[in-house]
Amino acid sequence: MIEIKNLHAKVDGKDILKGVDLTIRPGEVHAIMGPNGAGKSTLSYVLAGREGYEVTEGSVTYYGKDLLALEPEQRAAEGVFLAFQYPVEIPGVANTTFLKTAINAMRKHRGEKELDAMQFLKLIREKTKALGMSDEMLKRAVNVGFSGGEKKRNETLQMAVLEPKFAILDETDSGLDIDALKIVAEGVNALRSPERSMLVITHYQRLLDYIVPDHVHVLAAGRVVKSGGKELALELEKNGYRDFGVNEAA
Amino acid sequence: MAAQPETIDQVRAVTEQKYKYGFTTDIESDVAPKGLNEDIVRFISAKKNEPEWLLEWRLKAFRVWQTMEEPQWAAVSFPPIDYQDAHYYAAPKQKAGPKSLDEVDPELLKTYAKLGIPLREQEILAGVEGSEGKSPAIAVDAVFDSVSVATTFKAKLEEMGIIFCAISEAVQKHPDLVKKYLGSVVPYTDNFYATLNCAVFTDGSFVYIPKGVRCPMELSTYFRINQANTGQFERTLIIADAGSHVSYLEGCTAPQRDENQLHAAVVELVAMDDATIKYSTVQNWYPGNAEGVGGIYNFVTKRGACRGKNSKISWTQVETGSAITWKYPSCILQGDNSVGEFYSVAITNNFQQADTGTKMIHIGKNTRSTIVSKGISAGKAQQTYRGLVKILPKAEGARNHTQCDSLLIGDQCGAHTVPYIESRNRSARIEHEATTAKISDDQLFYCRQRGIAEEDAVSLIVNGFCKEVLKELPMEFAVEAQKLVGISLEGSVG
Ligand SMILES: Nc1ncnc2c1ncn2[C@@H]1O[C@H](COP(=O)(O)OP(=O)(O)OP(=O)(O)O)[C@@H](O)[C@H]1O
Ligand SMILES: [Mg+2]
Repeated sequence: MIEIKNLHAKVDGKDILKGVDLTIRPGEVHAIMGPNGAGKSTLSYVLAGREGYEVTEGSVTYYGKDLLALEPEQRAAEGVFLAFQYPVEIPGVANTTFLKTAINAMRKHRGEKELDAMQFLKLIREKTKALGMSDEMLKRAVNVGFSGGEKKRNETLQMAVLEPKFAILDETDSGLDIDALKIVAEGVNALRSPERSMLVITHYQRLLDYIVPDHVHVLAAGRVVKSGGKELALELEKNGYRDFGVNEAA
Repeated sequence: MAAQPETIDQVRAVTEQKYKYGFTTDIESDVAPKGLNEDIVRFISAKKNEPEWLLEWRLKAFRVWQTMEEPQWAAVSFPPIDYQDAHYYAAPKQKAGPKSLDEVDPELLKTYAKLGIPLREQEILAGVEGSEGKSPAIAVDAVFDSVSVATTFKAKLEEMGIIFCAISEAVQKHPDLVKKYLGSVVPYTDNFYATLNCAVFTDGSFVYIPKGVRCPMELSTYFRINQANTGQFERTLIIADAGSHVSYLEGCTAPQRDENQLHAAVVELVAMDDATIKYSTVQNWYPGNAEGVGGIYNFVTKRGACRGKNSKISWTQVETGSAITWKYPSCILQGDNSVGEFYSVAITNNFQQADTGTKMIHIGKNTRSTIVSKGISAGKAQQTYRGLVKILPKAEGARNHTQCDSLLIGDQCGAHTVPYIESRNRSARIEHEATTAKISDDQLFYCRQRGIAEEDAVSLIVNGFCKEVLKELPMEFAVEAQKLVGISLEGSVG
């Protein structure tokens, strides 16, 4: 279980999160919607432990552990995964090399045996196929020269390979064409399980037709201002965020 | 242009860096008194039982050296070296000339084992090898302080007419070859450090590959400076006769000491018609500690002559060590259609300084050269790529491609690129590309979010950055080099 309590965070001296409360139980999928600049990505970075995101108040408890006390790589090894809104390019490092290094680092952290080249190849071939990605993309440098949609697919592939316990998807649907959206959504759905929780950040209720959430929250001006079921997303689609005292175009 | 690097004594602590090879070996050694004069030159020559012509050559060099001044043009700075305050000869004490590994001091063998060179294993394995069809065997020459202590696989190579031995042994057994080629690529008047080397060189490796022979294994020399206050002045001479092929690797380490040690080596390569020499270096001399105290001054002259038609010389270097590196492996492309290549990775961390690059001199028609230089700087290190591409009037159709990439880690280090291009033939084509990149916080966070610790992330990114060069190394050493890249950057972030 993940419990976020009264979370306040600053970036560059500016208060962005102003008391976020959120509880996510194992197996649940929560969607977060909200206007641009509301602090959605900031929340995801704070959960993943990015430097420069200073928590000034509140707590995050992750399966009984103080998540905020862990280094980013420890959080990752404990099962926290962030699909980046803007995936980062790493020239010269092949996608496969990157994934193999990542999975083995996590296995090592958890005291599991590292995968050898054969085991890894088998695993990654399977996952790549399921996501309709080509082997050629595995050989290319991480995200370098990838189209916007390919980058998002690559994030989904990494998630599928690393099998996190808590996945945060920050606008993974942005930039995807209609077919890719379905494939990625299927990939995400395939990962849904009673032990796995997800936080899906999106601007489009359309995604939630494919990935049906248990709860929908509205984050505005650094706070969760409304929570509800799936129908809240439809309501937002119709009315925008004006009921929450924010201009939609902000 | 080059920023002024801070002098070594002004500096303060950054991080504690570990040097894996920082042990010394306790062996009684046969050391010449400190200082440098004609008597010392005669002493060395006598110790080596050299013929008169070689002593004369050394003395000529010494006299020229006395009139020379240290070069000042490199972007490195260090306190003046007192050339009288060092030993110019140090030999591990043992009975004259070991006939086999059994006669070599077991302490020495242990030292090499610590360095990861399985000298003994290799001879034993020699019988099994081949039937297994696994990785090819490697013949090793080990140079300890100033003396070559053991050469493996000699017998097997001799069957093919290949000579691979200590240069002092070659002087005794193959004086005609040595006399013909020694100094023919790097003359004794060449430059301050090379000229000093001519006067006082103590040992090194000698290779001769006869006509049409493809050397069946990697030839490799490991250099080790053990003795305190000794300079190491080894001399390597490789001759590939017409149509032959050889791949040669040198590796270097030195113990951790607070005082600086001078290493001024000379390497000469000669490739005749259709011959190929591939020369790889993994240089990991002690770089000094995190405060910039100690470390090797690596002032080396390496030059290859493509004398014959269609000959090829390829330099690959991975330079992670030394407090100061001053080194420009070069190719003189004399034969028509000859090819010169230079692939380099240079890593400088903490207070290391490196001024390195290459020279490609195009003399013959249709000569081609390729330069790929990857420089990585971390900590307060300063690095300069200095390259010369020179096309002479007769080099019709000459081509050069240079790619020079720098990667910076942190914001206190520097990278500088100084390409010199001189073309005296209009048909020549010269291309130069240069890039500078930084490892960004975004990249590091992305890796860490995927469970990769910061130092491993740096190593991953840097290895990716120099992949193009590392793949040029013989397979057996590529893995070692990758690890070295990681180790040498420890403490560079966080
Ligand atoms: N480094 C920074 N310095 C100053 N302000 C920042 C910094 N990073 C983020 N912010 C500000 O924090 C606020 C929240 O940004 P965040 O990226 O979390 O929004 P978001 O809800 O994800 O928006 P979007 O829907 O556009 O992705 C924005 O006003 C942004 O400008
Ligand atoms: Mg965002």
